[in-house]
Amino acid sequence: MIAGFIDRRPKLANWLYGFTPPERGTVVLVHRRVYIVPARLGWIFGATLAILLVGSINYALSLGFALTFLLTGMGLAGMVHTARNLARLAVSAGRAEPVFAGESAQFRLYLDGRAAFDRPAILARHLGSGAQLVVDIPSGALVEVVLAVPAERRGWLPLGRVMLETRFPLGLFRSWSYVEPDARCLVYPRPERSPLPPRGADTAAGALRSPVPGNDDFSALRGYQPSDSPRHVAWKAVARSDDMLTKQFTGEAAAELWLDWRLLPAALGLENRLSRLAGWVLAAEREGAQYGLRLPGVEIAPERGDTHRAACLQALALYQETTA
Amino acid sequence: MSALAHPLAPDERAVSARDLAWLIGSLLLVIAPHSMRAPWWLTALTLCLFAWRYSYALARVKLPSRWLVLGVAALAMLGVWIEYRTLFGRQPGILLLSLFAGLKLLETRSHRDAAVAAFLGYFLIITNFLYTQSMPTALLMCAALFSITTTLIGFSAPQRAPRANARTAALLLAHAAPAALVLFLLFPRVQGPLWGLPQDAYTGMTGLSETMSPGNLASLAQSDAIAFRAEFEAELPPPALRYWRGPVLWDFDGRTWSIGTGPLVEFEPPQGGRATYRYAVVLEAHNRHWLFALETAASLPERARMRFDGQLISTTPVRNRMRYQLTSVIAPEQAEESGGVLRRALRLPPRANPRTVELAGQMRAGAASDEEVLIRAIDFLKAGKYTYTLEPPLLGLHSVDEFLFSTKAGFCEHFASAFTFLMRAAGIPARVVTGYQGGELNPIDRVFTVRQSEAHAWVEVYLSNRGWVRVDPTGASVPGRIESGLARSVPAGEPLPLMMQQRLEWLRGVRYQWEALAHKWNLWVLGYSPERQRDLMSAIGMRDADWRALTASLFSILGLITLGLLAWSLRHLVRQDPVQKAWGAFCGKLAAQGVKRAPQEGPRDFALRAARTLPAAAWTILRIGALYIALRYGARARAKGVERLKRLVRGLRLA
Repeated sequence: MIAGFIDRRPKLANWLYGFTPPERGTVVLVHRRVYIVPARLGWIFGATLAILLVGSINYALSLGFALTFLLTGMGLAGMVHTARNLARLAVSAGRAEPVFAGESAQFRLYLDGRAAFDRPAILARHLGSGAQLVVDIPSGALVEVVLAVPAERRGWLPLGRVMLETRFPLGLFRSWSYVEPDARCLVYPRPERSPLPPRGADTAAGALRSPVPGNDDFSALRGYQPSDSPRHVAWKAVARSDDMLTKQFTGEAAAELWLDWRLLPAALGLENRLSRLAGWVLAAEREGAQYGLRLPGVEIAPERGDTHRAACLQALALYQETTA
Repeated sequence: MSALAHPLAPDERAVSARDLAWLIGSLLLVIAPHSMRAPWWLTALTLCLFAWRYSYALARVKLPSRWLVLGVAALAMLGVWIEYRTLFGRQPGILLLSLFAGLKLLETRSHRDAAVAAFLGYFLIITNFLYTQSMPTALLMCAALFSITTTLIGFSAPQRAPRANARTAALLLAHAAPAALVLFLLFPRVQGPLWGLPQDAYTGMTGLSETMSPGNLASLAQSDAIAFRAEFEAELPPPALRYWRGPVLWDFDGRTWSIGTGPLVEFEPPQGGRATYRYAVVLEAHNRHWLFALETAASLPERARMRFDGQLISTTPVRNRMRYQLTSVIAPEQAEESGGVLRRALRLPPRANPRTVELAGQMRAGAASDEEVLIRAIDFLKAGKYTYTLEPPLLGLHSVDEFLFSTKAGFCEHFASAFTFLMRAAGIPARVVTGYQGGELNPIDRVFTVRQSEAHAWVEVYLSNRGWVRVDPTGASVPGRIESGLARSVPAGEPLPLMMQQRLEWLRGVRYQWEALAHKWNLWVLGYSPERQRDLMSAIGMRDADWRALTASLFSILGLITLGLLAWSLRHLVRQDPVQKAWGAFCGKLAAQGVKRAPQEGPRDFALRAARTLPAAAWTILRIGALYIALRYGARARAKGVERLKRLVRGLRLA
């Protein structure tokens, strides 16, 4: 209830949590940002101490007093140790590889112990999704935490707030801190499997321009590139020489493959059209075709390869419908 | 958010076999001393419960049903009830508690249950102190405390090596020590108990009793336990005067002497006397009211009264070790005794011990005075060839007759009983006094130790011109007893307490050291009472410190300690790496000369560039660069290299 109240008031939350999100670079958890409260076990421990104290008084047990007070001191020391387990931890975010909507974005956080002691049992939890992981940070080590955050929608997915929590060493106290590193993950539209549009589709009319497939006319051999489809490798030529060669086709393949927004019916809706286009990009890449992408206001010239594919998918992910 | 499983919440984490092994080991340490006092079947049952639970952990199967556990609990409680006829005394209560620790394990699935069992372990530690608070127990319990704490840490960090957890536990305990010490000294102490204690709370304490019958002092004398210790301010009394007066027994039923009732009197310091001794007594708990004093007490300790027969009586039973200051005087002047008391000192059971009565008649006949009767009686004992033994033969109906005329062997209670009877039968008022005779000086700390084995009984007779006079019939018939102690007076071969045996001379030095230490422990650790706390407070300048002042100073010191711990926790974090610091100083010196390191410039390139720009110091600059690279990125040569780097940077002169 209180958490909800605070979260609805960002300014209050920023003041309370001691930072303004998102935070760039490395975030050091200064003491100001590390909170601590007794855990449930802490209350039980307190009750045990009370019973021990009453027993010591009642039976006038000097060693009972000594035990009670030693345990009290241990509770105090435990509190400081629990806070220390998080204090001055340095958190930075790594790169998150793009994913398709419906998959999980793999956010990488780096927890740098920056201390001569180890920091065991630290929980990193993504508050939005509940993705969580417990890690031990050895002394002076840097530990990578991968939080798998479900990516529901295309576009940029910001990491959001992450809670770091620990109860080490005694479990009597719960210490935690929030960070919101400046990390985001690109989410491509959810790809929809469908047959590729015909080559050289007439963009203007939306009719087919030429039914001729683009990889018929063999023109020459060229050096192999890693992105070339295995079906285009000149295996016979490879058998004769040691070089990998790729068959090149001329292209009235000029009948290029255009993955065009307008090939899809408007009735499909924006997201579905983008999904269909994403599916086409994947299929075209799989076939080893040269393909271009046309969106309203965006045109990416035909090309192939991973970079091209990524550019196309990014354009789809970030596409904003400008006109109403 | 709360609906999610929380991997750090103890409810969510299952107990592993390792956690369980630690927990069981710790609990075994705690209940080990109890097992010596428990009936064997209870110890065996508790061990079985532990083993049973552990086998579940190894087999990784589901725990037994709650009903089965409850059934075992009910059976165990029934067993305890049959053994003790109650469940709520100290002994049965504690045994049930250790049994429940085993049962709790049987339903322990998560770390939460296990942590509660560990807290129960902490609680079981204190139950050991109900029986003994000696140094060995304290050490064993320290080990248990350490083990339980390591176990708890293991629950919080399941992946961590037990060694690392043990190190953390040691660190935690070390950090807890200052706060514990301050709390121990300053926590406002109140005199317990807060409520009634179980019936058997103070059983098992040895000492003299309100009654004396043949044989019971002899069995007490076989105990090595310490009765009390005394610290004399000046010289010690000579051995012949080391009579520590305890209960005075008035009433005889033919077999048993008992203390009877008697009024408390207003204390008046005695006048005159041969010698005065000032001393402090640290009396072990014996759960009775009386205190012990050397001969005649000439002062009254705090919270003590005096009985009409000179016995010191504490206002509360001595249930904890107690320290009191006392002055004693030898043979002071005595006020005249009242007729009622003297009549009581002549009373005898009818028709008992006819031969002794007849003997008394013969002694009285023809004697000119009470003194002469007394001398005749002592002579009779001296001539009678009586044997002093720790294993006296059993006596029948006329116990005094049988001892004096047929068995002729006994311990001091036989002599005292017979002599008092003889005196009363001869018309001389007499009473039995029990207490201790002797004691041993520890040369290490000059503390005088009196043990149960020195329990003794003697007689006081009333002579009209001198008052009450001490007569020791044991000493008269076995002179060595008083001069050289029990060990040399009983025939060789009789079972003596270990500490009394003569042949273990080499052990003596060790024992003296140990007892001096134990005395300090008793005084300063176990004897830290509300009074001692008041003394300490006024010693550090807080006169009349009430609980408010104590609590206020307590909390301020605890706050300071916590701040200190916080500063410690930051220390490791804020301190910069010395190598980095030296390198920073180096870069600063060069920057002052206009050679600024570019952010992307590596140490080697920077050192080379600086060396070219400042050829005068080129050699040092290059050495610093190489050393920094070796220390920062190399694998070996830490401490020495760091020092050399620091020295080089400090010695770098550029201008």
